[in-house]
Amino acid sequence: MIEARGIRKTYGSHQALKGLDLSIKEGSIFGLLGPNGAGKTTFIRILNQILAPDEGEVLIKGEALSGKHISRIGYLPEERGLYPKMKIGEQLLYLAQLKGLHKSQAKERIAYWLKRFELTDRVQTKVEELSKGLAQKVQFIASVIHEPELLILDEPFTGFDPVNTEHIKQEILRLREEGATIIFSTHRMESVEELCEDIVLINKGSRLLGGPLHEVKAQYKSGWYQVETEKEWQIPAGKNWQVEKLNAQLGGRAYRIHPEQNSRAELLESLLASGLIEFREEIPSLNEIFIQSTRNA
Amino acid sequence: MKNLGLIIRREFLTRVRKPSFIILTLLAPILMAAVMFLPAYLATLPGDEKVITILDESYLMDIYDKGNEEISFKYLNPKDFDFETAKALVEGREDYAFVHVPVSEGGDPDFIARNIRVFRAGDLSLSVESYLERSLEKYIQKEKLKAEGVDPEIVARTKTQVNLRIINTEEGRETENATLAKMGIGYVAAFAIYLFIFIYGAQIMRGVIEEKTNRIMELMVSSIRPFELMMGKILGIGALALLQFVIWIGLGLLIFTIFTAVFIDPSLSSGTAVQMEGMNALPDNAAFDIYRSLQSIPFTKVLLSFLYYFFGGYLLYGALFAAIGSAVDKETDSQQFMLPLTIPLILSLIVILRALDNPDGSLAVWMSMIPLTSPLVMMARVPFDVPTWQLLLSMGILAITFFGSVWLAAKIYRVGILMYGKKPTFKELYRWTRYKN
Repeated sequence: MIEARGIRKTYGSHQALKGLDLSIKEGSIFGLLGPNGAGKTTFIRILNQILAPDEGEVLIKGEALSGKHISRIGYLPEERGLYPKMKIGEQLLYLAQLKGLHKSQAKERIAYWLKRFELTDRVQTKVEELSKGLAQKVQFIASVIHEPELLILDEPFTGFDPVNTEHIKQEILRLREEGATIIFSTHRMESVEELCEDIVLINKGSRLLGGPLHEVKAQYKSGWYQVETEKEWQIPAGKNWQVEKLNAQLGGRAYRIHPEQNSRAELLESLLASGLIEFREEIPSLNEIFIQSTRNA
Repeated sequence: MKNLGLIIRREFLTRVRKPSFIILTLLAPILMAAVMFLPAYLATLPGDEKVITILDESYLMDIYDKGNEEISFKYLNPKDFDFETAKALVEGREDYAFVHVPVSEGGDPDFIARNIRVFRAGDLSLSVESYLERSLEKYIQKEKLKAEGVDPEIVARTKTQVNLRIINTEEGRETENATLAKMGIGYVAAFAIYLFIFIYGAQIMRGVIEEKTNRIMELMVSSIRPFELMMGKILGIGALALLQFVIWIGLGLLIFTIFTAVFIDPSLSSGTAVQMEGMNALPDNAAFDIYRSLQSIPFTKVLLSFLYYFFGGYLLYGALFAAIGSAVDKETDSQQFMLPLTIPLILSLIVILRALDNPDGSLAVWMSMIPLTSPLVMMARVPFDVPTWQLLLSMGILAITFFGSVWLAAKIYRVGILMYGKKPTFKELYRWTRYKN
């Protein structure tokens, strides 16, 4: 769906993006991760054509990004904001029309979305009279009202309570089912692990790591296993594995073991002999990967 | 272009529906009328009378001279009072002032004039002083005329007021002079432009700042180009300004018609009405003269020029106001950037006063070419029938500058709307204009 190649963007003397490459599969939920100031917002602004890159190109479905793509992109900026004096209905109609919808079509969609979010009776309410959570819902509707093929969500869950977070999450998954490609920019890693298939982690304007989530995680496996056995377990003869004893949780004996590379079968074999109760590979959370890799960079 | 239309519509509709706009639009002409007519009306009411007691020992003044509406003369009989007793009496009362006209042994009017004294607890108002001086000068002159053996009655009878009829012989046609009417039209038109640039320029700026503080900018510019957003706001608010102006003119004319019909008694002759306003009587055919003199004003040219300078000036300044709004986060930060815009406007307003007196003076001509001052200064000159080449040159320069200012403002705007936090300097604004987007 999206191919970005060698994107550079400089403001004065500050290099916001230093040759960023990434590609996003159609119909996927893509996690755009990075600490504050990494260049995420700059990249999103380039996709939205608010900014143009100094160098590099962005292709959407093989075509260079251009004005005609604007109506096919939906955007939920991190900085939420609506016209406070406008009524919800008017506000959504205005934003939908700016995205190229006809008035009648826009009105139908607005009715549909307000119903989904149980806001139908608020259509005449001014934005300034809404609670923060409700205003956020209106903002979310504004970003999807024109049924974009590409939906860019910048920190979509900030400001929502857990119930509404779940609601929005379900909507995101549903939109993906309907064929939308979703870019999900955040530094809240739990939600990324739940939703994203692919991620890219950028820092200081360039790509640090990326790919399918499971592969990224596999790369960052530490090689440690946590096990519990019924009986005492011994390192098989001739092996130079690292072992730590842990407190047993299930009434047996617990260990933390780091075997040599490609020794998983041997480890399992020896453990089975000692009456294996639990076997778990230590897989780092995305949060740990994030902290570790940005610290190293 | 379709988006531009949508933006103009929103900017216009959200403002036109505001109660503050409706109230201001309807109330302003009434307030204006009040400002214009109230002083005239109040002057006809009996105001605070200032009693001035006069001890006229030379029998200089006419005791039937009771002063005017504001000042009331009361005379003490010199047979009953001398200076000391009169002064003591007056000090016990709440009179405004006490005037002593002394007696002259030789009956020398100049001696009397030199020795007249006014006593007052506090400062004497300037208008009272000049009225007293004028009255006394009149009586002294009478004495002197008598001394020269001239009957003051003859002098009064032969006094004549001359109202010159000035014929403008320019361009082969002879038209009645209408300098006053031209000055009035020029000033009002220029002042209206000044007022609208300020009121609506500030609205543009405030609108941009509001969009920034409400953080809606990012969402907007993901759908439309910043240039469209800026122009939409400028044009939408411009339409609002035009609507307000048209309503004001309409209401103004209505109020004027009603006022003249109700308050100016048709049974009074035009002469009396004019006298009420404190002017001397015009010749009998005054009304006809005014009508004829107005014909010398190029009304079509004035109207078309007004529309051009109204919009040209508004767009020129409006774009710059939008740029300022985009550069700051709150209105209080806008002051330093406003200065370069306020100075030429206020300067124009000052220059206009001279331009009206001397519309073809080099100051007026130059200032009517410089684009930041031309909308006001040229407008003040137009009723005096400026040479066509000057008008076209000024309009051309304004058009070029307008495009320049929109271009420059758009560059600042585009960067500014997404900048939050620190207050930029002029140097940074200049740098922004050089960013690629």
